[in-house]
Amino acid sequence: MSGFFDIPSDLQHSYAGLIGLHLREALLPVLAGLLVSLPLAQLCVRFRWLYPPVLGVTTVLYAVPSLAFFVVLIDYTGQTETTVMIPLAVYSLVVLVPAIVDGVRSVPQETLAAATAMGLGPLRRYLQVQLPIAVPAIIAGLRVATVSSISLVSVGMLIGNQGALGNLLNDANIYHRPELAVNSVLTTAVLAILADAVLILVRFLLTPWMPRKGATR
Amino acid sequence: MNVLHFVQAFFSDGAHWHGYDGIPTRVAEHIGYTLEALAVAAAVGLPVGLVTGHTGRGGNVLALIATAGRALPSFGLLVLMFIWIGFGMTAVMIPLVVLAVPPILVTTYEAVRSVDPSPVDAARGMGMSETRVLFQVELPVALPLILGGLLTATVQIVSTATIAAYVSLGGLGRFIIDGLYQRNYEKVVGGATLVAAMALASLAVFWAVSRIAVSPGVRRNG
Repeated sequence: MSGFFDIPSDLQHSYAGLIGLHLREALLPVLAGLLVSLPLAQLCVRFRWLYPPVLGVTTVLYAVPSLAFFVVLIDYTGQTETTVMIPLAVYSLVVLVPAIVDGVRSVPQETLAAATAMGLGPLRRYLQVQLPIAVPAIIAGLRVATVSSISLVSVGMLIGNQGALGNLLNDANIYHRPELAVNSVLTTAVLAILADAVLILVRFLLTPWMPRKGATR
Repeated sequence: MNVLHFVQAFFSDGAHWHGYDGIPTRVAEHIGYTLEALAVAAAVGLPVGLVTGHTGRGGNVLALIATAGRALPSFGLLVLMFIWIGFGMTAVMIPLVVLAVPPILVTTYEAVRSVDPSPVDAARGMGMSETRVLFQVELPVALPLILGGLLTATVQIVSTATIAAYVSLGGLGRFIIDGLYQRNYEKVVGGATLVAAMALASLAVFWAVSRIAVSPGVRRNG
């Protein structure tokens, strides 16, 4: 009855269902953050004066606790998954924009000049030269954003059981089953570590030119 | 009824400014939680980061520990600790320290690793002991980055310490959690504003500390 994987029926999800829900609530915002931060970072690289204000605004938003963010959004988006996902997308922006800006800026001038000399236009030069070289920096940002996003979904429990695996924490209290809380924390941590490993693999596949021997960073 | 309206309503209400549930009390509690968690996290992260950075060994292990620390959900950890050890500061401090150690540890390690090797070799050549090399050459040069890591940790603690209110403790989270259950949005927004203001204040504190502590010769790259 009180097994580790016996999920109370009020959650209306199986264990695997909760995992799926958790991944969706955590990863869609990071994807949205990436789609917004790629052009935003490109603008910041192009127009240098734009970077400090963008950083300032995102840093202040980052300091707003996720719970407060959720509560304020309830008025607009209700007690739904969207309410959980919007703040997570904003948080991922804060990590991703500087990572992409630093990555794109780190491309040496000689490389850019060579690409131009080979007849690549600005768009192709960006897509085929700058972006691939920035991949390690972008993935490093994505790793931090993804791991913290997965770990933050749980707080959604407080706004009407929208916390996926975090909802187990509430049930652990209601039904006096501490093992549900252990399950929630461990499963969330394992998901985060697995997502991190997948991103390392993606970087490995996307950067065939990097040295394969020795310590990877 | 926009956010600014809520902010204005919250701060102009005299009832929020005094008593055991007033803004000064909650701010003081929040600062207390933050400093305590930061002190413990720094006591763990700084020495380990300095030593591993100096020897250059254990970088991969550190990266693993940092990932594991980031992967643990703060809120879940808080509830779990509350169930296991009950009401008290320990249940709040464990998640906050777990949250703050990875940025301190990783940044300190990277900061010491990235110190230009030529002055370090020069210091050894002058006959400095390894301890003196670490504290008189590597630490001063790495200090701006190390302070950056501490700042990241502080901002995360300030923002996350709000969850302490969920297990009946104080701090600025009280306004947010109470506001949530009372459907009182001006409290929620007011609490969030105070947290954001405290994060900005820590930015200012770290800026001031770096002006005082970082040697002028190192500062120009910062």
